[in-house]
Amino acid sequence: MPLADSPAPIAIELSDASVTFGRGSRAVPALAKTNLRIAEGEFVALVGPSGCGKSTILRLASGLVQPTTGAVIVGGREVAARALRVGMAFQNPTMLPWMTIERNIMLPLKIVEPYRSQFRKLRRTAFRDKANALLEQVGLKGFGSNYPWQLSGGMLQRANLCRALIHEPRLLLLDEPFGALDQFTREELWSILQGLWMTHKPTVLLVTHDLREAGFLAGRICVMSARPGRILDDNSVEFARPRTVAMTFEPDFVALNQKLRALIVDARATPQEGG
Amino acid sequence: MPDLDNLRQKAWSAGLIVLFFVAWELFCLMTGMSDLILPRPSQIFTTLIQKFPILWPHILQTLATTMLGFVFGVALGVVLGAIIGVSKTAYDTCYPLLVGFSSIPKVAIVPILVLWFGSGTVPAVLTALSICFFPIVVNIATGLATTEPELEDVLKALGASKFDILWNVGLPRTMPFFFASLKVAVSYAFVGAVLSETVASNRGIGNVMMTASSNFNVPLVFAGLFVLAGLGVALYVVFSLIEGRVTGWATRKNDLIAT
Repeated sequence: MPLADSPAPIAIELSDASVTFGRGSRAVPALAKTNLRIAEGEFVALVGPSGCGKSTILRLASGLVQPTTGAVIVGGREVAARALRVGMAFQNPTMLPWMTIERNIMLPLKIVEPYRSQFRKLRRTAFRDKANALLEQVGLKGFGSNYPWQLSGGMLQRANLCRALIHEPRLLLLDEPFGALDQFTREELWSILQGLWMTHKPTVLLVTHDLREAGFLAGRICVMSARPGRILDDNSVEFARPRTVAMTFEPDFVALNQKLRALIVDARATPQEGG
Repeated sequence: MPDLDNLRQKAWSAGLIVLFFVAWELFCLMTGMSDLILPRPSQIFTTLIQKFPILWPHILQTLATTMLGFVFGVALGVVLGAIIGVSKTAYDTCYPLLVGFSSIPKVAIVPILVLWFGSGTVPAVLTALSICFFPIVVNIATGLATTEPELEDVLKALGASKFDILWNVGLPRTMPFFFASLKVAVSYAFVGAVLSETVASNRGIGNVMMTASSNFNVPLVFAGLFVLAGLGVALYVVFSLIEGRVTGWATRKNDLIAT
Protein backbone atom coordinates (compact mmCIF):
# COMPACT_ATOMS: atom_id res chain seq x y z
CA MET A 1 0.00 0.00 0.00
CA PRO A 2 2.02 2.98 -1.16
CA LEU A 3 1.27 6.21 0.56
CA ALA A 4 -1.09 8.66 -1.04
CA ASP A 5 0.59 11.46 -3.00
CA SER A 6 2.75 13.37 -0.57
CA PRO A 7 3.33 17.08 -1.02
CA ALA A 8 7.13 16.82 -1.34
CA PRO A 9 8.53 15.96 -4.80
CA ILE A 10 9.33 12.30 -5.48
CA ALA A 11 12.98 11.36 -4.94
CA ILE A 12 12.82 7.71 -5.99
CA GLU A 13 10.15 5.90 -7.88
CA LEU A 14 10.17 2.21 -8.76
CA SER A 15 7.35 1.40 -11.14
CA ASP A 16 6.85 -2.31 -11.82
CA ALA A 17 10.60 -2.67 -11.47
CA SER A 18 11.83 -6.25 -11.30
CA VAL A 19 15.32 -7.70 -11.37
CA THR A 20 16.38 -11.10 -12.61
CA PHE A 21 20.02 -12.12 -12.53
CA GLY A 22 21.25 -14.47 -15.26
CA ARG A 23 19.32 -15.71 -18.28
CA GLY A 24 17.36 -18.72 -19.48
CA SER A 25 17.32 -21.76 -17.25
CA ARG A 26 19.84 -20.21 -14.87
CA ALA A 27 17.84 -17.05 -14.30
CA VAL A 28 17.44 -16.12 -10.66
CA PRO A 29 14.62 -13.71 -9.89
CA ALA A 30 15.85 -11.35 -7.16
CA LEU A 31 13.05 -8.84 -7.08
CA ALA A 32 9.45 -9.30 -8.18
CA LYS A 33 7.60 -6.39 -9.83
CA THR A 34 7.84 -3.69 -7.22
CA ASN A 35 6.24 -0.30 -6.87
CA LEU A 36 7.75 2.12 -4.40
CA ARG A 37 7.64 5.88 -4.13
CA ILE A 38 9.85 7.81 -1.78
CA ALA A 39 9.42 11.53 -1.32
CA GLU A 40 12.38 13.88 -1.02
CA GLY A 41 13.70 14.10 2.52
CA GLU A 42 12.00 10.90 3.63
CA PHE A 43 13.80 8.31 5.74
CA VAL A 44 12.68 4.86 4.60
CA ALA A 45 13.81 1.55 6.06
CA LEU A 46 13.55 -1.75 4.17
CA VAL A 47 13.21 -4.84 6.33
CA GLY A 48 12.54 -8.45 5.43
CA PRO A 49 13.90 -11.99 5.45
CA SER A 50 17.48 -12.40 4.27
CA GLY A 51 18.01 -12.68 0.54
CA CYS A 52 14.68 -11.01 -0.19
CA GLY A 53 16.01 -8.33 -2.52
CA LYS A 54 16.39 -5.44 -0.08
CA SER A 55 19.90 -4.76 -1.27
CA THR A 56 18.72 -5.13 -4.86
CA ILE A 57 16.34 -2.20 -4.37
CA LEU A 58 19.26 -0.22 -3.01
CA ARG A 59 21.41 -1.12 -5.99
CA LEU A 60 18.55 -0.16 -8.33
CA ALA A 61 18.30 3.24 -6.68
CA SER A 62 22.07 3.74 -6.97
CA GLY A 63 22.10 2.83 -10.66
CA LEU A 64 24.49 -0.07 -10.04
CA VAL A 65 21.83 -2.48 -11.28
CA GLN A 66 19.41 -1.83 -14.12
CA PRO A 67 15.85 -3.10 -13.78
CA THR A 68 15.02 -6.16 -15.93
CA THR A 69 11.49 -4.84 -16.40
CA GLY A 70 9.82 -1.60 -15.39
CA ALA A 71 11.55 1.65 -14.61
CA VAL A 72 13.48 3.29 -11.81
CA ILE A 73 13.24 7.04 -11.66
CA VAL A 74 15.55 8.95 -9.35
CA GLY A 75 15.27 12.71 -9.08
CA GLY A 76 12.87 12.86 -12.02
CA ARG A 77 15.13 10.94 -14.42
CA GLU A 78 15.50 7.33 -15.29
CA VAL A 79 18.65 6.01 -13.60
CA ALA A 80 21.98 5.59 -15.24
CA ALA A 81 24.88 5.11 -12.88
CA ARG A 82 26.93 7.93 -14.42
CA ALA A 83 24.50 10.70 -13.71
CA LEU A 84 23.84 10.01 -10.02
CA ARG A 85 25.74 11.36 -7.08
CA VAL A 86 24.31 9.22 -4.37
CA GLY A 87 26.08 8.61 -1.09
CA MET A 88 26.45 4.95 -0.10
CA ALA A 89 27.63 3.16 3.01
CA PHE A 90 27.94 -0.56 3.61
CA GLN A 91 28.56 -2.74 6.63
CA ASN A 92 32.25 -2.81 5.76
CA PRO A 93 33.61 0.74 6.13
CA THR A 94 36.29 0.18 3.40
CA MET A 95 38.48 3.10 4.42
CA LEU A 96 41.62 3.14 2.29
CA PRO A 97 44.51 2.22 4.59
CA TRP A 98 47.08 4.51 2.99
CA MET A 99 45.09 7.68 3.49
CA THR A 100 44.26 9.62 6.64
CA ILE A 101 40.60 9.62 7.72
CA GLU A 102 40.27 13.17 6.45
CA ARG A 103 41.49 12.24 2.99
CA ASN A 104 39.34 9.10 2.95
CA ILE A 105 36.30 11.22 3.65
CA MET A 106 37.25 13.64 0.89
CA LEU A 107 37.45 10.85 -1.69
CA PRO A 108 33.97 11.54 -3.17
CA LEU A 109 35.00 15.18 -3.71
CA LYS A 110 37.77 13.89 -5.93
CA ILE A 111 35.19 12.17 -8.13
CA VAL A 112 32.00 14.22 -8.14
CA GLU A 113 31.55 17.54 -9.91
CA PRO A 114 31.51 20.44 -9.11
CA TYR A 115 34.04 19.54 -6.42
CA ARG A 116 36.22 17.48 -8.72
CA SER A 117 37.58 20.36 -10.76
CA GLN A 118 38.37 22.35 -7.61
CA PHE A 119 39.89 19.47 -5.70
CA ARG A 120 43.54 20.38 -6.15
CA LYS A 121 42.86 23.97 -5.20
CA LEU A 122 40.67 23.41 -2.16
CA ARG A 123 41.75 20.07 -0.70
CA ARG A 124 43.92 21.72 1.94
CA THR A 125 41.47 24.48 2.80
CA ALA A 126 37.71 24.50 2.22
CA PHE A 127 37.34 20.76 1.56
CA ARG A 128 39.39 19.85 4.57
CA ASP A 129 37.27 22.11 6.76
CA LYS A 130 34.17 20.48 5.33
CA ALA A 131 35.49 17.03 6.22
CA ASN A 132 36.40 18.14 9.72
CA ALA A 133 33.03 19.78 10.29
CA LEU A 134 31.37 16.44 9.50
CA LEU A 135 33.83 14.58 11.70
CA GLU A 136 32.96 16.90 14.56
CA GLN A 137 29.28 16.21 14.01
CA VAL A 138 29.79 12.46 14.42
CA GLY A 139 32.02 12.88 17.46
CA LEU A 140 35.36 12.29 15.74
CA LYS A 141 36.77 15.77 16.18
CA GLY A 142 40.55 15.71 15.94
CA PHE A 143 40.76 12.26 14.35
CA GLY A 144 41.03 13.55 10.78
CA SER A 145 44.78 13.10 10.58
CA ASN A 146 44.70 9.56 11.96
CA TYR A 147 44.96 6.50 9.77
CA PRO A 148 42.10 3.98 9.61
CA TRP A 149 44.04 1.29 11.50
CA GLN A 150 44.21 3.60 14.49
CA LEU A 151 40.41 3.72 14.84
CA SER A 152 37.91 1.24 16.26
CA GLY A 153 35.13 -0.35 14.21
CA GLY A 154 32.52 2.08 15.51
CA MET A 155 34.73 5.07 14.74
CA LEU A 156 35.37 3.79 11.22
CA GLN A 157 31.66 3.41 10.64
CA ARG A 158 31.12 7.03 11.69
CA ALA A 159 33.83 8.07 9.25
CA ASN A 160 32.04 5.96 6.64
CA LEU A 161 28.87 8.01 7.20
CA CYS A 162 30.90 11.19 6.77
CA ARG A 163 32.29 9.90 3.48
CA ALA A 164 28.78 9.10 2.28
CA LEU A 165 27.63 12.66 3.08
CA ILE A 166 30.59 14.88 2.20
CA HIS A 167 29.42 15.71 -1.32
CA GLU A 168 25.97 16.65 0.00
CA PRO A 169 24.09 13.93 -1.85
CA ARG A 170 20.33 14.31 -2.04
CA LEU A 171 20.06 10.54 -1.75
CA LEU A 172 21.79 8.43 0.89
CA LEU A 173 21.75 4.64 0.52
CA LEU A 174 22.72 2.58 3.56
CA ASP A 175 23.11 -1.20 3.41
CA GLU A 176 23.17 -2.54 6.96
CA PRO A 177 25.74 0.05 7.95
CA PHE A 178 25.75 -0.93 11.62
CA GLY A 179 25.44 -4.69 11.17
CA ALA A 180 28.92 -5.48 12.39
CA LEU A 181 28.85 -3.32 15.52
CA ASP A 182 28.00 -4.19 19.11
CA GLN A 183 24.62 -3.17 20.52
CA PHE A 184 25.81 -0.10 22.43
CA THR A 185 27.90 1.31 19.61
CA ARG A 186 25.01 0.69 17.27
CA GLU A 187 22.55 2.61 19.44
CA GLU A 188 25.04 5.45 19.70
CA LEU A 189 25.34 5.57 15.92
CA TRP A 190 21.56 5.63 15.48
CA SER A 191 21.49 8.94 17.32
CA ILE A 192 24.39 10.22 15.25
CA LEU A 193 22.73 9.21 11.99
CA GLN A 194 19.45 10.75 13.14
CA GLY A 195 21.31 13.97 13.91
CA LEU A 196 22.98 13.98 10.49
CA TRP A 197 19.67 13.35 8.77
CA MET A 198 17.93 16.12 10.72
CA THR A 199 20.59 18.67 9.75
CA HIS A 200 21.27 17.63 6.13
CA LYS A 201 17.82 16.24 5.24
CA PRO A 202 18.84 13.86 2.47
CA THR A 203 16.43 11.19 1.27
CA VAL A 204 17.56 8.01 3.02
CA LEU A 205 16.97 4.41 2.06
CA LEU A 206 18.20 2.10 4.82
CA VAL A 207 18.40 -1.68 4.53
CA THR A 208 18.51 -3.36 7.92
CA HIS A 209 17.82 -6.60 9.78
CA ASP A 210 17.32 -4.80 13.05
CA LEU A 211 13.67 -3.84 13.62
CA ARG A 212 14.53 -1.55 16.53
CA GLU A 213 16.98 0.24 14.27
CA ALA A 214 14.30 0.66 11.61
CA GLY A 215 11.79 1.95 14.17
CA PHE A 216 14.28 4.33 15.73
CA LEU A 217 15.49 5.89 12.50
CA ALA A 218 12.85 5.63 9.81
CA GLY A 219 9.77 7.66 9.06
CA ARG A 220 8.48 4.76 7.04
CA ILE A 221 9.19 1.04 7.14
CA CYS A 222 8.61 -1.24 4.15
CA VAL A 223 8.42 -4.96 4.86
CA MET A 224 9.48 -7.26 2.06
CA SER A 225 8.53 -10.83 1.21
CA ALA A 226 10.94 -13.71 0.74
CA ARG A 227 12.79 -14.02 -2.57
CA PRO A 228 11.85 -12.91 -5.15
CA GLY A 229 11.00 -9.93 -3.01
CA ARG A 230 8.14 -7.55 -3.22
CA ILE A 231 6.82 -5.02 -0.74
CA LEU A 232 4.23 -6.55 1.57
CA ASP A 233 3.55 -3.76 3.95
CA ASP A 234 4.26 -0.06 4.24
CA ASN A 235 4.13 1.51 7.73
CA SER A 236 4.64 5.10 8.61
CA VAL A 237 6.37 5.64 11.92
CA GLU A 238 5.11 8.69 13.71
CA PHE A 239 7.24 8.88 16.86
CA ALA A 240 8.46 12.41 17.55
CA ARG A 241 12.05 13.33 16.76
CA PRO A 242 14.69 13.41 17.99
CA ARG A 243 14.03 9.88 19.16
CA THR A 244 15.90 8.34 22.05
CA VAL A 245 17.00 4.80 22.80
CA ALA A 246 14.68 4.78 25.82
CA MET A 247 11.72 5.30 23.50
CA THR A 248 12.45 1.98 21.81
CA PHE A 249 11.30 0.23 25.01
CA GLU A 250 7.95 2.03 25.27
CA PRO A 251 4.72 0.10 24.54
CA ASP A 252 3.91 1.82 21.20
CA PHE A 253 7.35 1.12 19.88
CA VAL A 254 7.34 -2.47 21.07
CA ALA A 255 3.92 -2.99 19.48
CA LEU A 256 5.25 -1.73 16.12
CA ASN A 257 8.23 -4.03 16.48
CA GLN A 258 6.03 -7.02 17.15
CA LYS A 259 3.80 -6.25 14.21
CA LEU A 260 6.81 -6.06 11.87
CA ARG A 261 8.27 -9.19 13.37
CA ALA A 262 5.06 -11.13 12.78
CA LEU A 263 5.01 -9.98 9.13
CA ILE A 264 8.57 -11.12 8.55
CA VAL A 265 8.07 -14.46 10.26
CA ASP A 266 5.07 -14.98 7.99
CA ALA A 267 7.01 -13.96 4.92
CA ARG A 268 9.78 -16.39 5.75
CA ALA A 269 7.27 -19.23 6.10
CA THR A 270 5.56 -18.60 2.74
CA PRO A 271 8.03 -18.07 -0.05
CA GLN A 272 6.52 -16.31 -3.06
CA GLU A 273 6.19 -17.99 -6.44
CA GLY A 274 7.04 -16.47 -9.80
CA GLY A 275 7.83 -12.83 -10.35
CA MET B 1 62.56 -4.86 24.30
CA PRO B 2 61.98 -5.60 20.63
CA ASP B 3 65.00 -3.50 19.62
CA LEU B 4 67.34 -5.59 21.69
CA ASP B 5 65.86 -8.80 20.27
CA ASN B 6 66.37 -7.38 16.83
CA LEU B 7 70.02 -6.55 17.58
CA ARG B 8 70.64 -10.01 18.99
CA GLN B 9 69.13 -11.56 15.89
CA LYS B 10 71.40 -9.47 13.68
CA ALA B 11 74.44 -10.45 15.76
CA TRP B 12 73.60 -14.12 15.31
CA SER B 13 73.23 -13.68 11.54
CA ALA B 14 76.58 -11.87 11.29
CA GLY B 15 78.19 -14.51 13.48
CA LEU B 16 76.98 -17.28 11.21
CA ILE B 17 78.47 -15.58 8.14
CA VAL B 18 81.85 -15.15 9.87
CA LEU B 19 81.71 -18.75 11.09
CA PHE B 20 81.04 -19.92 7.53
CA PHE B 21 84.20 -18.24 6.20
CA VAL B 22 86.32 -19.37 9.15
CA ALA B 23 85.17 -22.97 8.66
CA TRP B 24 85.92 -22.71 4.95
CA GLU B 25 89.43 -21.33 5.63
CA LEU B 26 90.17 -24.04 8.21
CA PHE B 27 88.83 -26.78 5.96
CA CYS B 28 91.17 -25.72 3.13
CA LEU B 29 94.16 -25.41 5.47
CA MET B 30 93.60 -28.75 7.15
CA THR B 31 92.96 -30.74 3.99
CA GLY B 32 95.71 -28.93 2.06
CA MET B 33 93.19 -28.18 -0.68
CA SER B 34 94.73 -26.92 -3.93
CA ASP B 35 93.69 -23.36 -4.75
CA LEU B 36 92.97 -24.59 -8.26
CA ILE B 37 89.95 -26.37 -6.81
CA LEU B 38 88.84 -24.38 -3.79
CA PRO B 39 90.83 -21.29 -2.83
CA ARG B 40 90.75 -20.05 0.76
CA PRO B 41 88.55 -17.02 1.55
CA SER B 42 91.63 -15.03 2.54
CA GLN B 43 93.14 -15.65 -0.92
CA ILE B 44 89.89 -14.68 -2.56
CA PHE B 45 89.63 -11.42 -0.64
CA THR B 46 93.27 -10.60 -1.43
CA THR B 47 92.63 -11.22 -5.15
CA LEU B 48 89.50 -9.15 -4.93
CA ILE B 49 91.37 -6.17 -3.51
CA GLN B 50 94.33 -6.51 -5.91
CA LYS B 51 92.18 -6.90 -9.01
CA PHE B 52 89.56 -4.39 -7.99
CA PRO B 53 90.68 -1.68 -10.47
CA ILE B 54 90.32 -4.22 -13.28
CA LEU B 55 87.00 -5.53 -11.94
CA TRP B 56 85.41 -2.09 -11.43
CA PRO B 57 84.41 -1.35 -15.07
CA HIS B 58 82.94 -4.84 -15.30
CA ILE B 59 80.96 -4.28 -12.12
CA LEU B 60 79.57 -1.09 -13.64
CA GLN B 61 78.74 -2.93 -16.85
CA THR B 62 76.85 -5.66 -15.00
CA LEU B 63 75.02 -3.12 -12.86
CA ALA B 64 74.10 -1.05 -15.91
CA THR B 65 72.69 -4.00 -17.88
CA THR B 66 70.84 -5.22 -14.79
CA MET B 67 69.25 -1.85 -14.13
CA LEU B 68 68.36 -1.23 -17.77
CA GLY B 69 66.73 -4.64 -18.06
CA PHE B 70 65.04 -4.08 -14.72
CA VAL B 71 63.61 -0.68 -15.67
CA PHE B 72 62.22 -1.96 -18.97
CA GLY B 73 60.98 -5.12 -17.26
CA VAL B 74 59.15 -3.09 -14.62
CA ALA B 75 57.56 -0.84 -17.24
CA LEU B 76 56.39 -3.83 -19.27
CA GLY B 77 55.29 -5.67 -16.13
CA VAL B 78 53.23 -2.76 -14.82
CA VAL B 79 51.43 -2.25 -18.12
CA LEU B 80 50.69 -5.96 -18.60
CA GLY B 81 49.74 -6.38 -14.94
CA ALA B 82 47.34 -3.44 -15.08
CA ILE B 83 45.66 -4.78 -18.22
CA ILE B 84 45.35 -8.27 -16.82
CA GLY B 85 44.29 -7.09 -13.37
CA VAL B 86 41.49 -4.83 -14.59
CA SER B 87 39.86 -7.16 -17.07
CA LYS B 88 38.87 -10.71 -16.24
CA THR B 89 38.76 -11.54 -19.95
CA ALA B 90 42.27 -10.25 -20.53
CA TYR B 91 43.42 -12.24 -17.51
CA ASP B 92 41.95 -15.51 -18.76
CA THR B 93 43.20 -14.87 -22.29
CA CYS B 94 46.76 -13.82 -21.54
CA TYR B 95 47.62 -15.96 -18.56
CA PRO B 96 48.44 -19.24 -20.36
CA LEU B 97 50.77 -17.46 -22.77
CA LEU B 98 52.50 -15.63 -19.92
CA VAL B 99 52.95 -18.79 -17.91
CA GLY B 100 54.29 -20.53 -21.01
CA PHE B 101 56.78 -17.75 -21.63
CA SER B 102 57.90 -17.54 -18.04
CA SER B 103 58.50 -21.28 -17.84
CA ILE B 104 61.17 -21.19 -20.58
CA PRO B 105 64.62 -21.42 -18.98
CA LYS B 106 66.01 -18.03 -19.92
CA VAL B 107 69.48 -19.36 -20.71
CA ALA B 108 67.84 -20.94 -23.75
CA ILE B 109 66.86 -17.61 -25.27
CA VAL B 110 70.31 -16.06 -25.01
CA PRO B 111 71.59 -17.76 -28.22
CA ILE B 112 68.56 -16.43 -30.07
CA LEU B 113 69.12 -12.91 -28.76
CA VAL B 114 72.79 -13.15 -29.76
CA LEU B 115 71.69 -14.24 -33.22
CA TRP B 116 69.53 -11.12 -33.53
CA PHE B 117 71.56 -8.48 -31.72
CA GLY B 118 75.12 -9.81 -31.59
CA SER B 119 76.86 -10.51 -28.30
CA GLY B 120 77.27 -7.83 -25.65
CA THR B 121 75.00 -5.42 -23.85
CA VAL B 122 71.74 -5.80 -25.76
CA PRO B 123 71.15 -9.52 -25.15
CA ALA B 124 72.12 -9.04 -21.49
CA VAL B 125 69.54 -6.27 -21.06
CA LEU B 126 66.87 -8.29 -22.86
CA THR B 127 67.57 -11.41 -20.83
CA ALA B 128 67.32 -9.39 -17.62
CA LEU B 129 64.05 -7.90 -18.86
CA SER B 130 62.53 -11.21 -19.89
CA ILE B 131 63.33 -12.85 -16.58
CA CYS B 132 62.21 -10.01 -14.29
CA PHE B 133 58.88 -8.81 -15.69
CA PHE B 134 56.82 -11.82 -14.69
CA PRO B 135 56.74 -11.35 -10.88
CA ILE B 136 55.70 -7.73 -11.49
CA VAL B 137 52.83 -8.75 -13.76
CA VAL B 138 51.54 -11.30 -11.25
CA ASN B 139 51.76 -8.93 -8.29
CA ILE B 140 50.15 -5.93 -9.99
CA ALA B 141 47.34 -8.12 -11.29
CA THR B 142 46.75 -9.65 -7.85
CA GLY B 143 46.74 -6.26 -6.18
CA LEU B 144 44.16 -4.92 -8.60
CA ALA B 145 41.98 -7.99 -8.33
CA THR B 146 41.70 -7.65 -4.54
CA THR B 147 39.94 -4.26 -4.48
CA GLU B 148 36.88 -4.47 -2.20
CA PRO B 149 33.69 -4.68 -4.26
CA GLU B 150 31.83 -2.47 -1.74
CA LEU B 151 34.24 0.39 -2.22
CA GLU B 152 33.97 -0.02 -5.96
CA ASP B 153 30.17 0.25 -5.61
CA VAL B 154 30.46 3.38 -3.48
CA LEU B 155 32.62 5.02 -6.13
CA LYS B 156 30.58 3.82 -9.10
CA ALA B 157 27.44 5.21 -7.47
CA LEU B 158 29.25 8.55 -7.38
CA GLY B 159 29.73 8.30 -11.12
CA ALA B 160 33.41 7.30 -10.99
CA SER B 161 34.90 5.99 -14.23
CA LYS B 162 36.97 2.83 -14.41
CA PHE B 163 40.03 5.00 -14.61
CA ASP B 164 39.03 6.97 -11.48
CA ILE B 165 38.76 3.73 -9.55
CA LEU B 166 42.02 2.39 -10.93
CA TRP B 167 43.88 5.61 -10.16
CA ASN B 168 42.49 6.31 -6.69
CA VAL B 169 42.01 2.82 -5.34
CA GLY B 170 43.42 0.05 -7.55
CA LEU B 171 46.93 1.33 -8.16
CA PRO B 172 47.67 2.56 -4.61
CA ARG B 173 46.38 -0.76 -3.34
CA THR B 174 48.87 -2.65 -5.54
CA MET B 175 51.84 -0.67 -4.18
CA PRO B 176 52.79 -3.13 -1.41
CA PHE B 177 52.53 -5.98 -3.90
CA PHE B 178 54.46 -3.94 -6.45
CA PHE B 179 57.33 -3.06 -4.15
CA ALA B 180 57.51 -6.60 -2.80
CA SER B 181 57.82 -7.79 -6.39
CA LEU B 182 60.52 -5.18 -7.17
CA LYS B 183 62.86 -6.86 -4.68
CA VAL B 184 62.34 -10.18 -6.39
CA ALA B 185 62.47 -8.69 -9.88
CA VAL B 186 65.77 -6.87 -9.32
CA SER B 187 67.36 -10.12 -8.16
CA TYR B 188 65.96 -11.87 -11.23
CA ALA B 189 67.21 -9.13 -13.55
CA PHE B 190 70.65 -9.50 -12.02
CA VAL B 191 70.59 -13.26 -12.63
CA GLY B 192 69.50 -12.64 -16.23
CA ALA B 193 72.19 -10.07 -16.92
CA VAL B 194 75.00 -12.22 -15.48
CA LEU B 195 73.70 -15.28 -17.29
CA SER B 196 73.80 -13.55 -20.64
CA GLU B 197 77.21 -12.00 -19.94
CA THR B 198 78.59 -15.40 -19.06
CA VAL B 199 77.33 -17.00 -22.25
CA ALA B 200 77.85 -14.19 -24.71
CA SER B 201 79.69 -10.98 -23.90
CA ASN B 202 83.17 -9.59 -23.58
CA ARG B 203 82.29 -7.35 -20.69
CA GLY B 204 80.73 -7.76 -17.26
CA ILE B 205 81.44 -9.86 -14.20
CA GLY B 206 79.97 -12.96 -15.83
CA ASN B 207 82.49 -12.66 -18.62
CA VAL B 208 85.38 -12.00 -16.20
CA MET B 209 84.55 -15.23 -14.40
CA MET B 210 84.31 -17.15 -17.66
CA THR B 211 87.71 -15.86 -18.83
CA ALA B 212 89.34 -16.43 -15.43
CA SER B 213 88.01 -19.96 -15.37
CA SER B 214 89.50 -20.80 -18.76
CA ASN B 215 92.86 -19.41 -17.50
CA PHE B 216 92.58 -21.53 -14.34
CA ASN B 217 92.70 -18.32 -12.31
CA VAL B 218 90.42 -19.89 -9.72
CA PRO B 219 90.82 -17.20 -7.00
CA LEU B 220 89.62 -14.63 -9.55
CA VAL B 221 86.61 -16.81 -10.42
CA PHE B 222 85.68 -16.86 -6.75
CA ALA B 223 86.39 -13.14 -6.43
CA GLY B 224 83.85 -12.62 -9.21
CA LEU B 225 81.40 -14.81 -7.33
CA PHE B 226 81.86 -12.70 -4.19
CA VAL B 227 81.30 -9.53 -6.18
CA LEU B 228 78.08 -11.00 -7.56
CA ALA B 229 76.91 -12.01 -4.10
CA GLY B 230 77.69 -8.54 -2.78
CA LEU B 231 75.87 -6.82 -5.65
CA GLY B 232 72.88 -9.13 -5.37
CA VAL B 233 72.51 -8.45 -1.66
CA ALA B 234 73.02 -4.71 -2.17
CA LEU B 235 70.28 -4.52 -4.82
CA TYR B 236 67.90 -6.48 -2.62
CA VAL B 237 68.60 -4.27 0.37
CA VAL B 238 68.12 -1.05 -1.59
CA PHE B 239 64.70 -2.15 -2.82
CA SER B 240 63.69 -3.47 0.59
CA LEU B 241 64.45 -0.07 2.07
CA ILE B 242 62.44 1.69 -0.65
CA GLU B 243 59.58 -0.74 -0.02
CA GLY B 244 59.61 0.00 3.70
CA ARG B 245 59.48 3.74 3.13
CA VAL B 246 56.82 3.83 0.44
CA THR B 247 54.37 1.23 1.71
CA GLY B 248 54.76 1.53 5.47
CA TRP B 249 50.96 1.68 5.76
CA ALA B 250 50.67 -1.95 4.77
CA THR B 251 52.86 -3.24 7.59
CA ARG B 252 52.04 -0.78 10.36
CA LYS B 253 49.06 -2.57 11.85
CA ASN B 254 51.26 -3.63 14.79
CA ASP B 255 52.20 -0.31 16.32
CA LEU B 256 48.71 0.85 17.19
CA ILE B 257 48.73 4.17 18.99
CA ALA B 258 45.58 3.36 21.00
CA THR B 259 43.40 6.41 21.15
